[in-house]
Amino acid sequence: MTTPPSPDEGLTAAQLAAKYGLSVSGARPGLAEYVRQLWGRRHFILAFSQAKLTAQYSQAKLGQLWQVATPLLNAAVYFFIFGLLLGARRGIPHHIYVPFLVTGVFVFTFTQSSVLAGVRAISGNLGLVRALHFPRASLPISFALQQLQQLLFSMIVLVLVMIGFGSYPGLSWLLVLPALALQFVFNTGLALIFARMGSKTPDLAQLMPFVMRTWMYASGVMFSIPAMLAGKDMPGWFSDVLQWNPAAIYMDLVRFALIDDYGSSYLPPHVWAFALGWALLAGVVGFVYFWKAEERYGRG
Amino acid sequence: MAEQQQGARVPTVIAEDLHIVYRVNGAKSGKGSATAALSRILKRGEERGVRKVHAVRGVSFVAYRGEAIGLIGSNGSGKSTLLRAIAGLLPAERGKVYTDGQPSLLGVNAALMNDLTGERNVILGGLAMGMSREEIKARYQEIVDFSGINEKGDFITLPMRTYSSGMAARLRFSIAAAKDHDVLMIDEALATGDRKFQKRSEDRIRELRKEAGTVFLVSHNNKSIRDTCNRVLWLERGELRMDGPTDEVLKEYEKFTGK
Repeated sequence: MTTPPSPDEGLTAAQLAAKYGLSVSGARPGLAEYVRQLWGRRHFILAFSQAKLTAQYSQAKLGQLWQVATPLLNAAVYFFIFGLLLGARRGIPHHIYVPFLVTGVFVFTFTQSSVLAGVRAISGNLGLVRALHFPRASLPISFALQQLQQLLFSMIVLVLVMIGFGSYPGLSWLLVLPALALQFVFNTGLALIFARMGSKTPDLAQLMPFVMRTWMYASGVMFSIPAMLAGKDMPGWFSDVLQWNPAAIYMDLVRFALIDDYGSSYLPPHVWAFALGWALLAGVVGFVYFWKAEERYGRG
Repeated sequence: MAEQQQGARVPTVIAEDLHIVYRVNGAKSGKGSATAALSRILKRGEERGVRKVHAVRGVSFVAYRGEAIGLIGSNGSGKSTLLRAIAGLLPAERGKVYTDGQPSLLGVNAALMNDLTGERNVILGGLAMGMSREEIKARYQEIVDFSGINEKGDFITLPMRTYSSGMAARLRFSIAAAKDHDVLMIDEALATGDRKFQKRSEDRIRELRKEAGTVFLVSHNNKSIRDTCNRVLWLERGELRMDGPTDEVLKEYEKFTGK
């Protein structure tokens, strides 16, 4: 309007931008560039997850002790209901059942809370998204990482339970590391998928707890899937689906690694291949799916 | 023309017919009952139960290197929204914004957590703004000293929720102002806290402005606009009502608001 005459007179905005090397603000970077930016923000991702973890119990008198007490109480409740009242331990020897149950609860909670945190990762942090620049995938990844750290606290309880029921540390315990690493990739993928869906449809935050609970009861957290289905007239594919669902796979792997008498006879065939496959599938699909909407997350 | 003509002027921000639309869930006029919501879902309109707010309507301008541009207008005229759109934080409904480098909004409030100590917030805020751990370590003492948080005792190791609102505002400003920017955008009411701190933060903003290529300032304070800006954009109801040298636009604006 009041721009004085200049050699740029008559150029369209796009031509002017091209001439001076300006780029479209808030445009989505390419996939490789996006990964590079994300890597550049790794310190933020870690610091954010640790901050969230600490902030969780900072008002409680017992403070960070709740990091360990919460999973312990959780396991106690499940043991009381399913172990004692309902007798869900069919087909599992008594000295295995408690470690079996506690492992299942902790490992499933890891996936469950990653998904639930993922749903709100963008929609619950719009203020942050509208104020600062960073690859938005930082948020869901950071929330998944927070859950991983939470799980490490639960692991302290788990080790005590194992020793209490006669499974002692051995070389096979190292198998926990690849199992949880794969599960973490799987969880992060899910968190990314649900972060994008939740940013468009915040109602998912209301719905997902029910979906996750259904998934938990179907995954054999508190019972052995083959023992439960034995003698029932179910089609074979049904038990295959239950056994090879990712939550059941990761739970079984951690149980197999930690519990002495939970041998490979309890595991479905090709269990590691499935663990890897699920992780890659969720991780890659989730990341690309999330990245596709990168420039639209501020809209809300 | 207020700008000093010195050779070719280099554009740093170009906005072309920019439209920003907010979508608000659950604010649709009419019945708010569950059955009404259900029928809206079943009807499958183009946007169900969503009310649209057209906050910025077709704004175009070109900003040049070395300019300090004030954004004025009454409450809700779209000033802050326009800033966010230029920064690429709010996606445009229509139109485009071209920028030189990454414009940044001065402010880290959203990244800080009240349950954490001031110390950890300085680090978290710095990382959120894209500083490296080393940069933060190097600037840490400067940030704390600038905020003056520790003048009355060792407050930086206490959770931020224990701070008075003034102290928290000072720390937030100090963190935000620790980083240098190419294109800097400052939203109004940054200079909070007591008189002494206001002066200190105004000085810091002036410093940042010198280092930045182009500055946008949103403010309701005509004096601070006059002090710092050489060009003013006047927004009203999301439309660009006037664009020109500070004195001209402010004169019209004062006439408009005076009535």
